[in-house]
Parts: sequence; C-alpha cells; structure tokens
Amino acid sequence: MKPRTAIWRVFRKEFRESLRDRRSLITALIVGPVLMPALFAVLLSIGIHHGRTQSARPVHLTVAHAKRAPHLLAFLHQYGVRTVDVETNRTGARRLVERLHRPLIYVSRHFGVRLAAGRPASLRLYANESRRSEQAALERVQRLLEAYGGEIARLRLVARGLNPLLLTPIAVHPIDLSTPQSRSVLVLGGLGYVILLTMMMGGLYLAIDATAGERERGSLEPLLTLPVEREQLVYGKTLAAGAMMLMSLALTVSGFAVMLRHVGLARLGMSVDLGPAGVAAIVLDCLPLIPLGAALMTLVASFTRSYREAQTYVSLIVFIPTMPLMFASILGLRSSLPLMAVPFLSQQFLIMSVLRAEPLPLSYTLVSVGVTLLSATALVWLAGRLYRRERLLG
Amino acid sequence: MIDARSLVKRFGSVTAVDGVSFSAPDGHITGLLGPNGAGKSTTLRMLYTVLVPDGGEAWIDGASVLAAPLEARRRMGVLPSGAGLYPHLTARENILYFASLHAMARAEARTRAEELIGQLEMREFADRAAKGFSQGQRVKTALARALVHRPRNVLLDEPTNGLDVMAVRTLRGLLRRLRDQGHCILFSSHVMQEVAALCDAVVVIAHGKVAAHGAPDELRAQAGTESLEEAFVRLVGIEDAQSASGTDIGR
Repeated sequence: MKPRTAIWRVFRKEFRESLRDRRSLITALIVGPVLMPALFAVLLSIGIHHGRTQSARPVHLTVAHAKRAPHLLAFLHQYGVRTVDVETNRTGARRLVERLHRPLIYVSRHFGVRLAAGRPASLRLYANESRRSEQAALERVQRLLEAYGGEIARLRLVARGLNPLLLTPIAVHPIDLSTPQSRSVLVLGGLGYVILLTMMMGGLYLAIDATAGERERGSLEPLLTLPVEREQLVYGKTLAAGAMMLMSLALTVSGFAVMLRHVGLARLGMSVDLGPAGVAAIVLDCLPLIPLGAALMTLVASFTRSYREAQTYVSLIVFIPTMPLMFASILGLRSSLPLMAVPFLSQQFLIMSVLRAEPLPLSYTLVSVGVTLLSATALVWLAGRLYRRERLLG
Repeated sequence: MIDARSLVKRFGSVTAVDGVSFSAPDGHITGLLGPNGAGKSTTLRMLYTVLVPDGGEAWIDGASVLAAPLEARRRMGVLPSGAGLYPHLTARENILYFASLHAMARAEARTRAEELIGQLEMREFADRAAKGFSQGQRVKTALARALVHRPRNVLLDEPTNGLDVMAVRTLRGLLRRLRDQGHCILFSSHVMQEVAALCDAVVVIAHGKVAAHGAPDELRAQAGTESLEEAFVRLVGIEDAQSASGTDIGR
C-alpha cells in the first residue's frame, strides 16, 4: 500500500468518527461558528444602543428658581435641554438630585443683578458624578453653560467696542483621520483572536480522541500491529484534526460575516465590509496555521498519560499560541516584517488588514505563510518521529 | 510459523523477558502458559512488533520482526489483551477499517467481514455502534478485526478474559478450525484448563524464561505428575504457581 493511501484511509476513518461524536461536532460546528458571532452581535448591539442613547437622548435638568435667569433658560431650551422648574432651598436641591437622578442647577438670588453689573454670577450645579447615567447629561450641561458664558463675554466685548476674537487666542480644529473601517477595528479587535481560537478548538477533540483516547480505549495497540508505518498513522490523524479545524474556521468566519451584516455597524459610524472575498482571504491567510495547530495538538495529546491529562494540556496549548496576540494588543504592537515571522500573531495582523481594508505588503504575507508552514512541517515531522517511540503505548 | 530466539526485554532495571526461545509450528495451537507477570504478554508484544526486543530475534513465517516489521505484521493477526474498539463505528466498520489498512480491496473486505460476522455469531450487533458493546461482543469484534486479512499466524493475548461460557466455546471452536486449516495459533493464558483443553503444545514461562516446552503429555511426563496442574506447579516453582492457580483453578 502506498503511504498516501494509508494516510488517506486513516484520515477518512478519524474524520468520519469525529463527525459522529456529538461533543466534537458541537465544539467545531456550533460553538465557534454560531455562538461566538452571536455573542459578538449581542455585545456590539449593546454598544451601539448605548452609544446612540447617550448622544441622542434629550438632557433632563431640574432648575431651581428658573425665573432668576430667563435668558439662560431660553439658551438651554434652544439646545434641546428639557427643564423642570422648582422652588426649593439648597437642602431640597440635594434631595431632588438623589430622587430624580438628574442634574440640578440652583440659580442664586443675585444672579440677574451680578450679571448685569458685569460681576461673576453664581450658579450651583448639583449632580452625582458616580452615576454613569448622569455623567453624559452633566457633561452636556457643563458644555452648554460654558458656551453661554462665552456668548455673554463676547457680547460684553462688542458692547465696549472690542473685537470678540480677542477671547479666542487659539483655534483648535480636531481632525479625525480614522476611517469607518479603522474605527470598527477598535470594537472588533477581539474578532481575529476569536477566529484563531475557535479554529484551534475545532480540531481539539479529534486530536485528543485519535491519540490519548485511542490509547485509553485500547485500540492503539491493535492499530500498531497493522502493516502501516507509524508516521503514516500520525499524518492521517493530524490531517483529520486539520480538516475539522478548516471546517470550524470557514464556518466561523462566515458566521462573523453574516453577523456583521446584520448588526448595523454603520450606526456607530463604522463599517466592516466582510463579503465573500474577505471571508476567503481570512480563511486563506489562516490556512498555514492549520497543519501547525493540528500537529501541535496531536503531538501534545500523544504523550500524555490519560485522556484527562490530554484535555488539560491541549486546552493550554490552544491558548498558548494566542498569547502573542494578547501581548501585541496590550503593547499596541503594529505589524512589521520581523513580527510576521511569529505564527498566530502574523495571522492576526493579516485578519486585521482584511477587516480594516488596509492591505499589507505582499512580503508580509509571504513571510507569514513561509514561517508558519516551515514550523508546521517541523512539528508534523516531530510527531511522526515520536510515534516511533515505545513510550507511546503508555 | 513463529520462531523466537533468545528474546530479551528490559524495562529500566527489570528484565521482563530473559532469553525466551521457542517455535510455534503451523497447524498447531501453541499456548504460552505462566503466572501473572511471567513475561507472556511482553513476549507476545515483541512478536507482534509493538515492542522492540533488547536482545534476540524473532521471525513470522521467516519475516524478521526487527528487520522487516511490516512484512511480519502482514503475516499475522493480533488480538492484544483488552483490545478496544472505535466507539462511534459499528462492529462491521471496525472490521472494515482494519481491512482497509491491510490494503484489502473493498469488495473483498466486505465479503470477508460478512463471513467472519457469520462465523463469530455477530449478526445481531454487527451494525450497531460499538459504544455499548458487552465484553463478549467487544472480543468477538476485535477477533474478527484481527482475522479479516486471513493471516497465516494468529497471536492472542489472554483472549478468553471476561468471556462467558458460550463465547469461550465459540472462540475455541474458531481456533480449532483455524488450526485444522493449517494456521499457526499462539495464545497466552494463565488458566491451565484452557491450555489443557486447547493446546497441542505448551510453552511454560516463569520469571521471563522458558521453564518447559512440549505437548501437555510430555510436560506431565517431564514433571512426573498425573495432572497438568501438578506439572505446572513443579515446573514454575510452588509460589508462582499458587499466584496463578489460586485465582483460576476453581474455574
């Protein structure tokens, strides 16, 4: 029998068996492709909803002794602030803030007189800053009050024949260079991480079942009495784990594409266009990781003493390659040619470049693919070598 | 035909098998008899190429287990002790998987699997997933799997462990049939009745060495005893025999 035939036959059996294993199927086909995008959708929807309500909701404000400052009230109403007038003292004002959960302006008795005399007129602004819901309203009220003050100052200068621009020595114009895509990446920074993680998870159970599981069930020893080189057994098993990973990867990326279309990022001023071409690009970028991840999990699972031990170690192995991703995001690392030689990290950069619609140089992709494939070859070879050892039987 | 010459296997400082030599001819059922821990399984595992001997050499129909392990494996069917199945495959699929790795053609493998399912009385569970099989069903499936490529040599490690009377009878019948067809059968057991009932030749192993080798009658004569049990006790030494007979003679 040709080596390729043997590998193919081992692959076919492992893959078929895995498709009949409910746990393996749920991990590969439901958790990654369905649950993860759903989770993201919920989080993003909450973000969008929250962002919108914060800016669009009218600000409610309680004003004590509004009659003392009619112009100010008119100014606030003009900017969409809804006010409720009350007559109360300072103690009452405190209580009202606590009860109504909205800021309160207390207009002091001599407000009108002092304003007319050109002396600082005092307003008390009561609010509970520890309450998140009040913060946004408070900030807007503060901004409006400053604007009102500035308005009056300018009018005073004009009245004295001075140029009101004297009050504006510096003109700052913030210019936001972020594109809708790059803004989205802030929110979707975790997406690449999740894609890589679920891809690994897809092959997890098969890798354990086909190695540690096979030994624990006692089917490994009969298998080793067949006229097939041990390397070919490992290659077949690794290939099958890879096939599960590929399925999980393709479905997960597609799941995210569907999710992004429905969540409506445009309302957040963002857009991530993940069409069929984007999905294909991400899957292709991650493809070299599949043999690497599959060989890594197979290798580790083969040399544990029991199924349970294998589960522990392989679960760790699933997370270790994603460590560089976390460091990169904490340190704010950006893609560079040397960093493209780090498997997993380089794929994260490639995924981000697809999501941002900011292509990386071709050399970056080549380094990523090259180094990842080289490491994969080395690991697959190592797994094959180690399968020759007697310790394999446990 | 199985030939073992001066097989040695060490695990750390323990010498599990210490120069075992014997030969199991075609058309014979040869029993490896010995107390627990005597080195029977280790000897078998070297013969079926899962362990590499630290010394000595063995041949399966002339194919060296050291120099040509794949060739040797092609010529034997193996039932290791506690052989497990693939839980998500049916009995038939378990058999066909091994057939495929023996490079058998699909149609031939199907015919052969069907034949074995009949011979081993496996029909009622042949197409059920192996997950909930009883011990007897498991052993039958594992045996069918080991025989699917019509091996000339059949090696079985404690094959009757955990089987009920009916299953043991089926197994014995099958082994006798294979012997009559000219196959070489080598199996290990620590149960004397079993060996006495089935074997044409017995290799008694104790402390990793061959204590005696011959037909059951020859062994009785050699030890100067009436029963094989007495012969066994004489041959392996009283303490070791007790560890074996204490549990199994009552069967």
